[in-house]
Amino acid sequence: MAGHVKKKSNGDSHRQSRRGTEESPVVKWVLITIALAFCMVFLLLPLVNVFAQAFGQGWKAYLRALVDPDSWAAIRLTLIVAAISVPLNVIFGVCAAWAIAKFNFRFKSMLITLIDLPFSVSPVVAGLMFVVLFGMNGFLGPWLQDHPLHLFGKEIEIKIIFAVPGIVLATMFVTFPFVARELIPIMQATGTEQEQAALTLGASGWATFWHVTLPSVKWGLIYGIILCNARAMGEFGAVSVVSGHIIGRTETMPLRVQSLYEGGSAASGAAAFAVASLLALLALVTLGLKTLLEWKQTREFERSQQAVQPVRHNETAFLKREDFR
Amino acid sequence: MPGFGLTMGVTAFFLTVMVLIPFAGLIIRACGLSWHDFWKLATNARALAAYKLTFGASFFAAIGNVIFGTLLAWVLVRYEFPGRRFIDAMVDFPFALPTAVAGLTLANLFAENGWLGKFLVPLGIKGAFTPLGVVIALTFVGMPFVVRTLQPVLEHLEREVEEAAATLGAGRLRTFVTVIAPTLLPSILTGFALAFARAIGEYGSVVFISSNKPFGGEIAPFLIMMRLEQYDYTGAIALAVVLLVFSFILLAIINLLEQWASHFQN
Amino acid sequence: MSIELKNVTKQFGGVAAVNSVSFSVNEGELMALLGPSGGGKTTVLRMIAGLEMPTSGDVFIRGQRVNDLSVQERNIGFVFQNYALFKSMNVSKNIAFGLKIKKWKRADIKERVAELLKLFGLDGLEKRYPHQLSGGQRQRVAIARALAPKPSVLLLDEPFGAVDAKIRQELREELVKLHHDLNVTTIFVTHDQEEALEISNRIVIFSRGCLEQVGAPREVYEQPANEFVARFIGVMNVLDTEVKDGVARLGELQFPANDQPNGTRLRIGFRPYAVQVSTDLTLFPYRAVLRHTFFLGVMLRLEFELPSGLTLRSRMTKEEYAQLGLEDGKEVSLQIRNYRVLAKEDSTLPPEKEFTYQPPPTIAEHI
Repeated sequence: MAGHVKKKSNGDSHRQSRRGTEESPVVKWVLITIALAFCMVFLLLPLVNVFAQAFGQGWKAYLRALVDPDSWAAIRLTLIVAAISVPLNVIFGVCAAWAIAKFNFRFKSMLITLIDLPFSVSPVVAGLMFVVLFGMNGFLGPWLQDHPLHLFGKEIEIKIIFAVPGIVLATMFVTFPFVARELIPIMQATGTEQEQAALTLGASGWATFWHVTLPSVKWGLIYGIILCNARAMGEFGAVSVVSGHIIGRTETMPLRVQSLYEGGSAASGAAAFAVASLLALLALVTLGLKTLLEWKQTREFERSQQAVQPVRHNETAFLKREDFR
Repeated sequence: MPGFGLTMGVTAFFLTVMVLIPFAGLIIRACGLSWHDFWKLATNARALAAYKLTFGASFFAAIGNVIFGTLLAWVLVRYEFPGRRFIDAMVDFPFALPTAVAGLTLANLFAENGWLGKFLVPLGIKGAFTPLGVVIALTFVGMPFVVRTLQPVLEHLEREVEEAAATLGAGRLRTFVTVIAPTLLPSILTGFALAFARAIGEYGSVVFISSNKPFGGEIAPFLIMMRLEQYDYTGAIALAVVLLVFSFILLAIINLLEQWASHFQN
Repeated sequence: MSIELKNVTKQFGGVAAVNSVSFSVNEGELMALLGPSGGGKTTVLRMIAGLEMPTSGDVFIRGQRVNDLSVQERNIGFVFQNYALFKSMNVSKNIAFGLKIKKWKRADIKERVAELLKLFGLDGLEKRYPHQLSGGQRQRVAIARALAPKPSVLLLDEPFGAVDAKIRQELREELVKLHHDLNVTTIFVTHDQEEALEISNRIVIFSRGCLEQVGAPREVYEQPANEFVARFIGVMNVLDTEVKDGVARLGELQFPANDQPNGTRLRIGFRPYAVQVSTDLTLFPYRAVLRHTFFLGVMLRLEFELPSGLTLRSRMTKEEYAQLGLEDGKEVSLQIRNYRVLAKEDSTLPPEKEFTYQPPPTIAEHI
């Protein structure tokens, strides 16, 4: 740098308050450009491509693809599976977070490790676990087949594998930790003081939970639900193993995308993208809600100093590392 | 505090039904195999080829994620530019997007008549139905990991340390290499391990973009699927156990890395 | 002279953190930049270092204008408030950092590092990492690191800020000794006026970005250039009096003000040591009762209450206190030996006008 003719510091010092501790503008913009190029290729292009291919055969074909009975069945099934597995995981998550955050007991870290386990398992292996349990050669499969349910005078065979219950179980397994992992740190951070205060004022356990605990974790909870839902609707590997790919009956949307794709024709290809575009839309909505939540959370935190410190200290920590597995 | 019995009961119930029993089932079945049979099933030629592709592609994808992820994290934390917030939000896109859709669109992009394939295939870069495609898909899927692991670390970097290096005469590049990078190393390794672990188990996106042909296009999870479809339960289980063991080893390594990272920062 | 600032201004956004500051530092001097938080002293220090650039004005080091010189080229040593040690390097490597950059020979580096380790009492700690050191040890490493490349100037930003009071005292003495031995021009920032008074050759006092006074500790204490300095440095009794019939009055207290018209308000200040105390109630003009005694180690600070309710602070040694036989509740007589007018308000001007400061000190006799 010695010997360079530098610009007068008067002009640009109001823009930069540091010198010698920042990269030169050239370096900065080269780095930015490379990073942006990488994002373009790996993030934006794939996204745009989904929609481009979906509408490749025109609007009408797009709508027809979605209304197709088998595709519609897949959409319905995905929604049903999510509607069952997400609330159940929420119940689990809330209970686990309450037990872990508000009490002290010996095997707590073992508990947390167990909750985390589904994260480190490949989805196919997860599906395999349920096949081992409920498949025809599995532990419970034959037993279930020999013992159908007698309800309302009818005999109802309980099929898990190659049927909806199996899909629900597999989806639940894969999304099991999400809500719990979201809530535990938040509840641990808030401590038990507020709840104890409520109890001293005469509130019952339920009332305390409903009026004191829930509001303090509401953003984390909503966030966990959104995450859990996105993953539940998009799960492929585990569901692929347990569903049997029965078109019209046990295909979720991701599976439908696959069967359409393998259909071979241009029309089915475009149809695959059509269904995929709905899932991509789901992803965008998820991201949008996440951004909205974080914005709301920082605003609420700024407004009231007594509020609980949000677990995410910056707007970019969408995922803690535990969410990744 | 009330509610311990209820919540603990619910928690224990769910954990048992959803986690313990499925795992136990798999382990019990696996133990039913003789060691000899297990070894044969887990290490036959086709399985070995599957491991090679799975671990090899995951490794390269994780490396790629480290390089571009570090760059991206740096640029997002240190610089202001138009679209920064948008990109920051979009970093999570690969995580929010169902893997099947990811595989579908990537395969389409890099295929011969795809938007990118049009230019790349004539140059010899075949990104669809090849091992390269697998690497591309795994890179996509693992992208948020390194970035999100590094961002908080970068944000909490003491700027004064960089200033100190400058007062001692260090230029920008030198400061980065000798002062900043070593501090980031534990987190970079953690991000690498996370991306690697994710890539190993990845199924959905790879299935669309790979040729899925045995001995070169087949990843380990896919081989498990194949064996299941052929009712080779024991074969599938053997392979699954191998993958599980690796996952747990990686998990242990990741935990150690994270401990090292936090120890370093304090 | 070693360092000179001429009309240096620093704006952040629309706010002037430093407002047209000019002063010079002599070669080999130990200078304190003193002032309350936000006064601009750290910004001035950073501008000397090159970590900030002035919006306008010039900085000279050894006669050379350094505005356009980057941090790396200025050959200054900087010690940060939180030390900013390189966490991934051990003590030796931290200290050697600047030398490696200047491409010293390996043997020379080793020698210099050993020399500094000895000088700072860090022998045996070479292989340790920052997180394995105590706060005091870290600070010494930070200073050693800054001094290793033999800079022309040593700058310290609140060097004693992060440390316990007891250790502060020890570190203060060590800094003085170091400065004496090495004779390198040293500038440090502090908000603790006792510290500045105790160890520096000269003090620069800042308030809200403006330079209030430059001078030796005694000068600044005994002849404050304005009201801010007078009140910032040391303890001061401050009275807002009103002139009537040539005498400035507040309660029972009276001060001569012959040439002032009636209604003029005078702000009068005097140090505690100016308040003389006697147990002979007829000796001095003002009666008072001792309300509180504060034990400050060597000295005692006494609070007296006058019949009108006014409180005056005085101080004396333990011996004097014992000699006078004082205790809380005792009645005494007081006189104010010398005082000065800090500020004057002109009653002909509208009431919103601020007090205008009065120039050089006047020592007046009491009435």
